Amino acid sequence: MLNRYPLWKYLLILIVLLVGVIYALPNLYPADPAVQISSTASGTALDQERLDRLTQALEDEGIDVKQSELDGNSALIRLDEADQQIAARDILDDQLGDAYTVALNLADATPDWLAGLSATPMKLGLDLQGGVHFLLQVDMDAAVQQRLEANASAVRDILRDERIRYRDTEIGDRTITFQFASEEDRNAARDLIADQFPDFDYENEDGSSGAALTMTFTEQAVQALQDYAVNQNLTTIRNRVNELGVSEPLVQRQGPSRIVVELPGVQDTAAAKRIVGATANLEFRLEARPDTPDREVETLNFRNDENRSAELMRDVIVTGDHVSSASRSFDQNNRPQVNINLDGTGGSMMSRATRSNIGRNMAVVFIEHKTRTHTVMEDGEEVEKREAYTERGIISLATIQSALSNRFRITGLDSSSEAADLALLLRSGSLAAPIYFAQERTIGPSLGAQNINQGILSVELGLLLVVLFMLARYKAFGVVANIALGLNLVLLVAAMSMLGATLTLPGIAGIVLTLGMAVDANVLIFERIREEIRAKMPAQQAIHAGFERAFTSIVDANITTLLVAVILFSIGTGPVKGFAVTLSLGILTSMFTAILVSRALINLTIGGRPLKKIWI
Amino acid sequence: MRQLDFMGKRRIAFAVSVLLAVVAIGALALKGLNLGLDFTGGTLVEVRYEQAPALDDLRSQLGDQGFEDAQVQTFGTSNDILVRLQQTFDNDVGQRVVGILDSEANPVDLVRAEFVGAQVGDQLRDQSGMGMLLALAVVMVYVAFRFQYKFALGALISLGHDVVIILGIFALFGLDFDLTVLAAILAVIGYSLNDTIIVYDRIRENIRKSQIDDMAQIFNESINQTLARTMATSGTTLLVLLALFFLGGDMIHNFSIALILGVVAGTFSSVYVAAALLLAIKLQRQDLIPSKKENDEEEELP
Repeated sequence: MLNRYPLWKYLLILIVLLVGVIYALPNLYPADPAVQISSTASGTALDQERLDRLTQALEDEGIDVKQSELDGNSALIRLDEADQQIAARDILDDQLGDAYTVALNLADATPDWLAGLSATPMKLGLDLQGGVHFLLQVDMDAAVQQRLEANASAVRDILRDERIRYRDTEIGDRTITFQFASEEDRNAARDLIADQFPDFDYENEDGSSGAALTMTFTEQAVQALQDYAVNQNLTTIRNRVNELGVSEPLVQRQGPSRIVVELPGVQDTAAAKRIVGATANLEFRLEARPDTPDREVETLNFRNDENRSAELMRDVIVTGDHVSSASRSFDQNNRPQVNINLDGTGGSMMSRATRSNIGRNMAVVFIEHKTRTHTVMEDGEEVEKREAYTERGIISLATIQSALSNRFRITGLDSSSEAADLALLLRSGSLAAPIYFAQERTIGPSLGAQNINQGILSVELGLLLVVLFMLARYKAFGVVANIALGLNLVLLVAAMSMLGATLTLPGIAGIVLTLGMAVDANVLIFERIREEIRAKMPAQQAIHAGFERAFTSIVDANITTLLVAVILFSIGTGPVKGFAVTLSLGILTSMFTAILVSRALINLTIGGRPLKKIWI
Repeated sequence: MRQLDFMGKRRIAFAVSVLLAVVAIGALALKGLNLGLDFTGGTLVEVRYEQAPALDDLRSQLGDQGFEDAQVQTFGTSNDILVRLQQTFDNDVGQRVVGILDSEANPVDLVRAEFVGAQVGDQLRDQSGMGMLLALAVVMVYVAFRFQYKFALGALISLGHDVVIILGIFALFGLDFDLTVLAAILAVIGYSLNDTIIVYDRIRENIRKSQIDDMAQIFNESINQTLARTMATSGTTLLVLLALFFLGGDMIHNFSIALILGVVAGTFSSVYVAAALLLAIKLQRQDLIPSKKENDEEEELP
């Protein structure tokens, strides 16, 4: 019989819709703006009485408290209005003093049974809700030092290859000094390296201890390095932030040597800081032979065993900068490991070094550039001093069994989360210069309340107009199309929530636009049905033919658009990617609802019955 | 139903298209796009108030004094305010902003004023550009495979036509081109392609079905048959867009302008560029006949 679905199809559709409704539901419970109080000193835990007094104090100031809860050493006060969050924090700060820290927070309001199904609401973007603002300072002195060390190492290589003997290297603020045994050696060295390292000014120094050559980093080169370092860090941080899964972040340069990172809806700022600011990198080095001269040897400790150490060559085979991809996995003993692929250059450097050193030990060194701040008294004032330092530790030392190529894995990591972090850092590239957090603040929405309300209003009105239009044009079938449209919205919201998408105002406009375009499939089908009816086809056949004939058009049109979206997703980053996700999900859900759901509705209501006329 | 003679007027439409495209390219070449804060960077000013101000007041104060695109947000506390301006940084900007905001009742201090870089770096821009080109290439291959290469050519030129015209109008009127507009252009590509394929699909169907060899007549029939659908879909989309345009506020104003232009241009171009071009490059029945078999193995209805 025409226009009947077997039962399983109805059930399938029902199941999909049910899942959609469940995962879309948390969006009806937006996160509450909240203030979190935690005690910094022990023995000052909050009690219920104190908390009640605090909430009373807030209410006295006209701040509406929704709920307050005590959880061990900390308390969470949920508020009604996001505008009052900052004011509430200021009041609490005054009341509580130094023994407590008061921080802004977004408290989940998803009911437990939904949270149990790991259904979470979409986050709101920087424009609608604000987020955290990090100001990162690029440590230029450290960047210069790193560059000098790298150049010194390269110069040493050249001198060794050319058999020019040097005694010592010394790295100063902006200078590298090489000590030579004789003037001839020095002059030969200068001729050799001056062309290859044009970023330096060269100067001969003759002292009592022999001939020396001082290379000074030029001012231009420092400038260029600064630009390079900041831009490279920008790119790396963008990659990392995108890997964090926070869509619609903001990463931009501010001033000559700082970077702003703003993340929407981030709750765990500590985790975000760890990834954004991490300066971890890897180095692969050979273990020193007993007869290696001292100046080429560096003794390093193992990371997981302070008492163990090994003597390594100063020269590095390959650094983490040559990693093209990295992922975490587990070995047969379920210990975490990181699989590494090197790029072309890195691969050939690695195979050249390992081929000629089979039987020697190779170490993987984990490097982290850190800064510590300490306050010193200067002219009677407390001044914060920052000191950059580097931590190097061996994570594994293993014998080279055969020549390594560009693929291998490293073990010896403490935990699986450390392995995952390391893989992420290697993938997203290392920072060209160390950075530290100069400032961390919460930031309010970049759009005014009025602007947001206007946007939401226009979106609602747009949707209403589409619904009315479909009703006016297709009457009873318009009702079907509108139900399908509603379900499409539910499915789209569900899919975006599952992917952890972030909602911005243009994003909302995009969703509504997708809906406006999504009725296209129904329009195509209904117009086709009308056409067939005009051609005097009986009603049931016309419905059947309408769906069938429109199908190829719908598929062709949607697949082409889907292709565009998928490619934009795989190549684009940041906002382009986010848009591609909305677009492709919209296409898929709209095809499902417009073809399957609306057909099911029609089949269910009028399918298989003798019809004289249909109201379309 | 009355048949409109679309193909008969194709020379006039062609002239209009060429004229628009030339003006658009000229505007792009001479004036260039007015890139927004996302692409160019601008100035960031942090100020501190004695008492917490109302943000909407600050926005209107700044707007009245020529900083229409100022972004104002609280920064840490309600007294600290961050202002982002789409203006090249110079040393006076900070003082000028403070001058506008300062008042007897609520004094303002300048904390800092600095330039901020683009949110879209060069790398990101190049990558996205490559992505677009690749996407277009894949789509062309798909259309050539499902239809025929002449259709692919038509679709490509019609897409280019729409995008160039939107960009041109943005350049001509100096409208801000930011990331939301970029997203809108991507949406237009999707929309216009959709429209073109629907028309093509009907053309293909009619060429296979009909006995006559007059391509112009077949095209006319096809376009007339899909006209009701085109109008309905463009209609619903435009309804949404007009709502966004008139009520949506600043943030989605340019986004909706780009899309309105795109929907209009896309609808026009799917008839007059994509379809009419097939006449110009002499599409014949033979181009589609060898693939006649394919008719039988078209996807089944689910």
